[in-house]
Amino acid sequence: MIKAILIFNNHGKPRLSKFYEHYNEDTEQQIIRETFHLVSKRDENVCNFLEGGLLIGGLDYKLIYRHYATLYFVFCVDSSESELGILDLIQVFVETLDKCFENVCELDLIFHVDKVHHILAEMVMGGMVLETNMNEIITQVDAQNKMEKSEAGIAGAPARAVSAVKNMNLPEMPKNINIGDISIK
Amino acid sequence: MALKIVKGSIDRMFDKNLQDLVRGIRNHKEDEAKYISTCIDEIKQELKQDNIAVKANAVCKLTYLQMLGYDVSWAAFNIVEVMSSSKFTYKRIGYLAASQCFHESTDVIMLTTNQIRKDLSSPNQYDTGVALTGLSCFVTPDLARDLANDIMTLMSHTKPYIRKKAVLIMYKVFLKYPESLRPAFPRLKEKLEDPDPGVQSAAVNVICELARRNPKNYLSLAPLFFKLMTSSTNNWVLIKIIKLFGALTPLEPRLGKKLIEPLTNLIHSTSAMSLLYECVNTVIAVLISLSSGMPNHSASIQLCVQKLRILIEDSDQNLKYLGLLAMSKILKTHPKSVQSHKDLILQCLDDKDESIRLRALDLLYGMVSKKNLMEIVKKLMLHVDKAEGTTYRDELLTKIIDICSQSNYQYITNFEWYISILVELTRLEGTRHGHLIASQMLDVAIRVKAIRAFAVAQMATLLDNAHLLTGNTQRNGICEVLYAAAWICGEFSEHLENPMQTLEAMLRPKVATLPGHIQAVYVQNAAKLFATVLKGEEGNTDGTAAQEASQLMIDRLPLFVQSANLEVQERASCILQLVKYIQKLQQKDVEVAEEVDALFAGELNPVAPKAQKKVPVPEGLDLDAWINEPPSESESEDEQPKAIFAKEEPKHSRPRHTEVDEKELARRREARKQEQANNPFYIKASPSSQKVYQEAPGVEHIPVVQIDLNVPLKVPGLPMSDQYVKMEEERRQKERAEKKKKEKKKRKEKRSGRGKKHDSAPESEEDITPAHMVDIVTEEMPENALPSDDDERDPTDPHKALDIDLDRPLADSEKLPVRSHRAAEAQKSPTDGETENATLQEPKKKNSKEKREKKRDKERDRKKSKEEKKKKKHKHEDKEEDLLGGQADEPVLQSEETSQVAEPPTSSSTTAEVSDLDFWLSNAPVPSNTQEAATVAAAAPEPSVTAPDSEPDEPKDTEMEETKSSKHKKKKQKKEKEEKEKKKKKKHHHHHHHSDGAGEESVQNGTVEEEEPLPPMSNYCLLAENSYIKMVYDIQGNLQDGSQVVVSVIFENKCSSFLKSMEFNVLDSLNSKLQRPEGSGPHDGLVVPFQLPPGVSNEARFVFTVQSIVMPQKLKGTLTFIVKNEDDSTHEKLDFKLHFTCTSYLITTPCYSDAFAKLLESGDLKSSSLRLEGVNMPFHHLLARICFHHHFSVVERIDSCASMYSRSIQGHHVCLLVKTSAQTVSIDAKCDEPTLLGNVLDEIKQTFSQC
Repeated sequence: MIKAILIFNNHGKPRLSKFYEHYNEDTEQQIIRETFHLVSKRDENVCNFLEGGLLIGGLDYKLIYRHYATLYFVFCVDSSESELGILDLIQVFVETLDKCFENVCELDLIFHVDKVHHILAEMVMGGMVLETNMNEIITQVDAQNKMEKSEAGIAGAPARAVSAVKNMNLPEMPKNINIGDISIK
Repeated sequence: MALKIVKGSIDRMFDKNLQDLVRGIRNHKEDEAKYISTCIDEIKQELKQDNIAVKANAVCKLTYLQMLGYDVSWAAFNIVEVMSSSKFTYKRIGYLAASQCFHESTDVIMLTTNQIRKDLSSPNQYDTGVALTGLSCFVTPDLARDLANDIMTLMSHTKPYIRKKAVLIMYKVFLKYPESLRPAFPRLKEKLEDPDPGVQSAAVNVICELARRNPKNYLSLAPLFFKLMTSSTNNWVLIKIIKLFGALTPLEPRLGKKLIEPLTNLIHSTSAMSLLYECVNTVIAVLISLSSGMPNHSASIQLCVQKLRILIEDSDQNLKYLGLLAMSKILKTHPKSVQSHKDLILQCLDDKDESIRLRALDLLYGMVSKKNLMEIVKKLMLHVDKAEGTTYRDELLTKIIDICSQSNYQYITNFEWYISILVELTRLEGTRHGHLIASQMLDVAIRVKAIRAFAVAQMATLLDNAHLLTGNTQRNGICEVLYAAAWICGEFSEHLENPMQTLEAMLRPKVATLPGHIQAVYVQNAAKLFATVLKGEEGNTDGTAAQEASQLMIDRLPLFVQSANLEVQERASCILQLVKYIQKLQQKDVEVAEEVDALFAGELNPVAPKAQKKVPVPEGLDLDAWINEPPSESESEDEQPKAIFAKEEPKHSRPRHTEVDEKELARRREARKQEQANNPFYIKASPSSQKVYQEAPGVEHIPVVQIDLNVPLKVPGLPMSDQYVKMEEERRQKERAEKKKKEKKKRKEKRSGRGKKHDSAPESEEDITPAHMVDIVTEEMPENALPSDDDERDPTDPHKALDIDLDRPLADSEKLPVRSHRAAEAQKSPTDGETENATLQEPKKKNSKEKREKKRDKERDRKKSKEEKKKKKHKHEDKEEDLLGGQADEPVLQSEETSQVAEPPTSSSTTAEVSDLDFWLSNAPVPSNTQEAATVAAAAPEPSVTAPDSEPDEPKDTEMEETKSSKHKKKKQKKEKEEKEKKKKKKHHHHHHHSDGAGEESVQNGTVEEEEPLPPMSNYCLLAENSYIKMVYDIQGNLQDGSQVVVSVIFENKCSSFLKSMEFNVLDSLNSKLQRPEGSGPHDGLVVPFQLPPGVSNEARFVFTVQSIVMPQKLKGTLTFIVKNEDDSTHEKLDFKLHFTCTSYLITTPCYSDAFAKLLESGDLKSSSLRLEGVNMPFHHLLARICFHHHFSVVERIDSCASMYSRSIQGHHVCLLVKTSAQTVSIDAKCDEPTLLGNVLDEIKQTFSQC
């Protein structure tokens, strides 16, 4: 089981948090902070597993993370998950984001956290892996987006226009997440 | 209307949306909190509006704020509103918000039930999908109960997208509403074979999750998972299954044996590291579970270790880490095979990654031996010096101590070396583990008597140099060591060379800066030292030294008398007064030494840490029983005033028997004394433990090796443990040389006698003798101490509720609550009779089966009411069953009388399941009977169950009358048989594949117990064979598809080379075609999905489509393969003929006598008959053979006459009436297809002509 999925940037700012078990908001924030402290002090070329200890769930749990450009993707999983499998899953997740956002960067996650949630929902459900095939995930996400668009119809047009105007003066933002070099094991 | 919408959306343009909120927060970095609070106010306004779009937008923003740590539970109701919007866009926002912030105590959740139910049944798959996703995050017990049935329906949805989500969410439902597990399980199991890989993977996921917590309930699924494992190509699924097997093997070692081969194959063939790793892991689990009973799996271990070495040597840190992790698992059972990779692991200690270093340390723990301990610790000490960061260094320190002290110092040959290691460790700066070192010093000094002199000398030096340790107050952790040092010097002061000097060291003013508890020990032990000094000066006429000591004490102690620490103060003032008195006596020239020494006489023995806990409770003592009756209201006031104590501790109050006479009291006193005398923990005048000690050889008798300690002791800064390493080396060499000499001598003496001995045998563990005789005092334990395995599971674990027997057939009462008007009663008893959804629970079984099913339940219930209820069950379920049981009691009891079987009946399906698994497991270690085979085997015996001495009118009532005792007997027989079998035919296991299990199964069910067991049978017959490979095959009809048969072929590698790239090809005929994957031509071969290492066999399955099944048929085919030797490889081929008999189109199908009778009466069937002469085998063997080889089932058996039934894959009924008299067997047969019947009879004839 996956107990939590966290995305935060190099400064520990949360970009997405998904807990598959209930914690109150303060605990959630504390978990994010502590996870960030654990993960951020690790070198680039060390292994991607961390024994989470008492942070979430205890000894059975591991933190499995990957660092892409400015973002950390952290999965907290128990021993029923394969470590290398989860690493692959993170990779699939990021590649899917990359496809859905066309060269994903941190900004996409900042402004469209809801969309990221929707994509994640097609991969992991209630802490269990639902789908690992990227094409299947993208198909489902696209179909739902299409539905959303058709529902908006004419009524959505003015809102879209306004948001396009609003987006015109976005500041220059960090580079793309670089997902190139990590091969799937 | 349209205008209103447009207007609404124009309003909305100027509302802040999520992006604006994010942007706003980014622009207000200084006053973020303030900005957000204004935003929340805005959101509150928006939520008050009627426009759902505005509300959705507000909820969307709240979801973001929730992530930033703001509590948004106040908006829960608005979230529900948005969830119930008809538009997907808003619905999705609502469900997302709900999934992020709803939980079990959110009260509005109960409002959502109907909305969710509506969404679940929505025609739009994404509405359903979104609802399922949301529900998976916030499902509550109530929701689970109310929606379980709806979700179960979705498990058979037409869209795989919904199916996989529904399957996955069932796990959450089970957790919250455990009662749903049994009714839903059959369908979940079905989904394991869903055509969509996603659904399949979801089902595997759920069952693995369930099985991980309660593995024993899922053992019966092992064959199914085994089949999935050998057929699936999805690595995710494979990993899950392999992990699951890892959890199952400890419960069933036979499973492990079966697994080793396919797993080994996977390890050889897979390129995915993740899969490889999990395979290795499970093989390790298997080896661990087998390690006791199995002779030799060294090849598998070697393979694992070798693969892990590759992982560890990989440059990828992740693989390295996992490799080490898995290695540590092997270490527990096969330390030898890991020890050979010591170099690699030591190398990992230098890794820059701390996680890897820690893993390597873990491994080292198990790798030490007497031989290499010193060397390894020396390396670790080097690392301690180099280590940066206190955490890692502390870890190193604890590991060193762990390694050395493990299993009662088993590996330490030289305790002087160990003490010096401990002393060296005290030089670590800023460690937190001072107390650990201290306790080791104490432990060693107390328990290893021989080392005391040395230890005391070392400790004295430590005390002398205490300033080195305490110089920096920051590193106070290490000063704990002084506690140990002071105590050891005091307690064993007789070994001190210069007690006066140590005494002086212990009373230095600087000591006052140490923590209180250490000071206290200093003071107390200073007194002990003082006593020793006095004793030492005893004989001297000139008493100056003794007086000096007294003076020193009197001078220094006042410092401690002023201590703020009570303990120190109290001890110091006591001792100070004592010393003053002694001084007075000394001045009068009185001999005091003897008396002072008596103050500290006696020896302390070590007591095991758990000793107290392990004192067994004496027989007849109930600790929970009241000693006194709890004070009752009516108790008279004067007897016991209601004091506070009596109330607080009623258990401790003494019994008050006023009428006990003197004699009785005396008797009790005597008994108590007796009891105390036997109790090691009762402190007596002369404790028995001390006696024990005195009888043991005194310290004087232990030879102490003379070592020149002067150099290292005088220069405390110099590491000296190295010297011991060298010394040890020399010592061992010497010993070895001596031994050799001795051996040579011996050999000279014996040369004439026996054969040669190996001269240069490697030095084994036992050869290394300790440096000097060490007597490790064991810790004291109470007599007959209890083993302590109180590893209780967490009572709050939700998975505990899921520990449910899944093989038990479903009862009528076990139904998922069906949607109804929410009447309170309906919910409380979800068992209400035959509601509309009754069919849902037993999806496949109807008609005649239904009756059977019910009857079975009755049986079970009756059994239940008789037996003790072992399992915790839900209350209302229990009630319901009792009711049912009551109803069922009467008729069944009658039948029991008539059939004269007194033993309690068991549920036949459970028997079938259990024996099914047994059967599967008992077979040769070849992947074999896949589901179909298993079901056939299971189905076959079931209907054939008839009452031993038959009541033709009541076959149904008696058919379950399987007696327990007979079952046991049979099982025993079976086992014995299997063992014999194995011994006999170790090499040709799979020849009688179905044999021992299935054959006997029929006996067991179809006949009375005394009949002799069946000979082994197998349906596997030879397909082709050459010097490289042997193929045997079996053909089974496909239950689901009337046009398919499955050919299972077992390939056995007979040569000593590796066989790979096997391709199986068949020349199709018009009627029968090999099913090939899409896209391949009609003449392409099928690749066999495995390779065969030498001596290994494995099974592959091929599906054929057939059109007409009335005629037998032969297909020609070829197997091509590559034989790979070390240096070359050759292509080989083997031709074969596949013989499709008509029998292979028959499927064992149960039939009931009434249905059977109807069928015969219908007159649609053509008849034919057959006579067999000279068959001299018991009738039940005959029946079993027909059942087994020709896929029939016994409908009824009366004496020497039996009716049998089978069905072809295309639905032809085949009925047989078999009669026997003398050696003649006559078979009258009926079938709706005469050609088929003729051929089947021919085949039966052939079967019997062969034997």
